[in-house]
Amino acid sequence: METDTHIRADARAEAGPRSLGCSLRHFACEQNLLSRPDGSASFLQGDTSVLAGVYGPAEVKVSKEIFNKATLEVLLRPKIGLPGVAEKSRERLIRNTCEAVVLGALHPRTSITVVLQVVSDAGSLLACCLNAACMALVDAGVPMRALFCGVTCALDSDGNLVLDPTLKQEKEARAVLTFALDSVEQKLLMSTTKGLYSNAELQQCLAAAQAASQHVFRFYRESLQRRYSKS
Amino acid sequence: MKETPLSNCERRFLLRAIEEKKRLDGRQTYDYRSIRISFGTDYGCCIVELGKTRVLGQVSCELVSPKLNRATEGILFFNLELSQMAAPAFEPSRQSDLLVKLNRLLERCLRNSKCIDTESLCVVAGEKVWQIRVDLHLLNHDGNIIDAASIAAIVALCHFRRPDVSVQGNEVTLYTPEERDPVPLSIHHMPICASFAFFQQGTYLLVDPNEREERVMDGLLVIAMNKHREICTIQSSGGIMLLKDQVLRCTKIAGVKVAEITELIQKALENDRKVRKEGGKCGFAESIANQRITAFKMEKAPIDTSDVGEKAEEIIAEAEPPSEVVCNPVLRTPGTAQVGEGIENSWGDLGDSEKEDEDGDSDEAAVLDGLKMDTGIEISNHGNQDAPIVLSDSEEEEMIILDPDKYMKKVRTQTISTKQAAVPSKRPTKKRKKKRAVD
Repeated sequence: METDTHIRADARAEAGPRSLGCSLRHFACEQNLLSRPDGSASFLQGDTSVLAGVYGPAEVKVSKEIFNKATLEVLLRPKIGLPGVAEKSRERLIRNTCEAVVLGALHPRTSITVVLQVVSDAGSLLACCLNAACMALVDAGVPMRALFCGVTCALDSDGNLVLDPTLKQEKEARAVLTFALDSVEQKLLMSTTKGLYSNAELQQCLAAAQAASQHVFRFYRESLQRRYSKS
Repeated sequence: MKETPLSNCERRFLLRAIEEKKRLDGRQTYDYRSIRISFGTDYGCCIVELGKTRVLGQVSCELVSPKLNRATEGILFFNLELSQMAAPAFEPSRQSDLLVKLNRLLERCLRNSKCIDTESLCVVAGEKVWQIRVDLHLLNHDGNIIDAASIAAIVALCHFRRPDVSVQGNEVTLYTPEERDPVPLSIHHMPICASFAFFQQGTYLLVDPNEREERVMDGLLVIAMNKHREICTIQSSGGIMLLKDQVLRCTKIAGVKVAEITELIQKALENDRKVRKEGGKCGFAESIANQRITAFKMEKAPIDTSDVGEKAEEIIAEAEPPSEVVCNPVLRTPGTAQVGEGIENSWGDLGDSEKEDEDGDSDEAAVLDGLKMDTGIEISNHGNQDAPIVLSDSEEEEMIILDPDKYMKKVRTQTISTKQAAVPSKRPTKKRKKKRAVD
C-alpha cells in the first residue's frame, strides 16, 4: 500500500507539474475605508472578502504589557455566530506571521491590535486574512521588516496543483496547503496544511506559492503606488 | 483600550454649535447622513453605511425543532456584535449595557412587530421549523448604531433566500439551489428605526446624531416605524422628560425619514435583483469605487508554474536525507520509564561562561590562561596514559583531583621545560592555589 502511493507520487513528479487552474482569482483592495481604526483594509480574492482594522501602537493593559516589545493581538471574527476553535487557530497562525515581520521592539509597552472580520468566504480564507492584515498594517504605518502575503494551494486527487482555490475546489481537494511568505526573500513565514501529500508535492506547492507571491507583492506595490500618487 | 474622553472645551463647542443650529458635518437639523447599501455574492449578506457608521448583516437559516408553546412558528434570532474594529473601547466577548440595550431594541423592532411571517417558516408542525438567524456586525462606529443596524437587518432579511423544502408524509427533502430556486421570506412590512437626540433638557433636537453628538446629548428617542406610518416600537432613554407634542413632532419626522429610507432600500434590492437576473457581476468587489485612489483592482492573473516541478526536484536533490532517529528506550530497572533519548545528562558540566568569570578574577589572567591551557592538555595526555582521569582546564575541576601531587608534579616539570620564561613568576601563585585545593 505504502509503496504503491510512493510510486504514484513519483510518477506524478516525473509527469511534471500541471499548470491547469494555476491562476490567481481577481484581486481587489481598498485601504483606509474605516474612520475609527488607525489602519484598515478590505481585501477581496475572487468572492472571498475580509475586512481588517488595526489599532496601534496604543495603550496596553498592564496584564498584557511586554517590557521590551509591543504586544500583538489578532482577533478574527466569523460572519455567522461566535468565534470558535477554528477561528482561534487561525488567529494564532496570523499572529505568529505578523510577529515575524512587525518590528515590535520599536514600540515597547504598547499594543498592536489587528481585528479581522470575514465578510464572505469563498475559499482561501486564511490567505485572504493574511493579505488583509498586511494591507491594514501598512495603512496603519506599523513598522515592518518586510511585507507578507498568504497563498493557498490545493492538490486534487489526480495530483493537479490549484492556486488560490475556491470553496468547491478546497472541498474536493486531497490536500490544502497555505503558506505565508515574506516580500524580501520570499522565505516561508508560516505554513499550515491539511490532508495527505508527498515530499515532492510540498516542494512543488511551495515553489508555486513563491511564484504566486510575486504577483501578490506586485499587486501590493501597484496599489500603494496608486495610493501615494498625486493624481 | 479606553475611550478617549471628550474635553470640556470640545463639549462646550459642540453644544454651542447645536444652539446655533449648526452641525459639525454641515447637515441641517433633520438631515440623515447618506445611506449606502451594498450586497455580497451570497443571499442575505449586505453592508449598510450610514455616513461613516458601517454595519455588516448576514442572515442564515437552519432546520430546528420548534419551541414547545409555539409548535407552528419559525424562530427568529437577532445578534448584534460590537466588534473591536468599530471602536477601541468595545471589549471583545463582553456583554456591555449598550450591547444589551441595542439587541433588545432590535428584537422589539423586528420580532415583536411581526414583520416576518413566522408561520410560513414552519415545515412540519411541532417537529421542524426554520430558525432564521440575523448576525449584525458593527464595523465602524460613528454614531447612531441602532438605525444602521435596523436597516442592515431588514435589508438582509429582504435579500435572503432560504432553500426550498418539500414534505412527503414524514420525510422532509431539502433542495440545493441548483435543484430548485431558493425562496424568499415573506415579509409583511419593513420597520425602520429613527433616532432623535435631545440636548439641553429637550430644548434642541437633532436627527441621526453622529458619535460626537451622541456623547454630549441628554436623551435619545428611538422610534421604529414602517412606511405605512405604523409605530412598531418607541423608546426614550437618558431620563429626559418630553412633552406630548415633542413626541408627536418626532413621529411625524420619523414618518418622512422612514418613507425615504424604505424607498432607497427597495431601489437597492431591485437593482441587485436585476443584476443577478442578467447574470452580471455582483458582490462587494463591484461596490468598491474604482476612482478612489485608496482602491485598486487586479484582474485574474495566470501564474507560470511550469518550472515548479524542476525546482522541487532540485530542492529535494540538494536536501540531505534526515538522520535516522533510532528510539531504543533504556530500562534501568524493571517498572521504570525514561524521558528523552538516553543521552547523558550534561547539566553538571561547567559552562564556558563560568570559566571565563573565574579567569577574569585573577590579576594575571592573560598569562595564566596560556599556562593553564598547556597544563590542561598535558594532564589529559597523562591521564590517557596512566590513569582514566580526564581533566579539563577549568580551575574547579582541578579541585576534584584526589591525589594531585603525583600528577601535578609531572605536569609542572613538563610545563617548566616547555615554558621556561613564563614559569618563574607564575609558580608561586599556582602553588598557592593548589594548596587551597588540597585543603
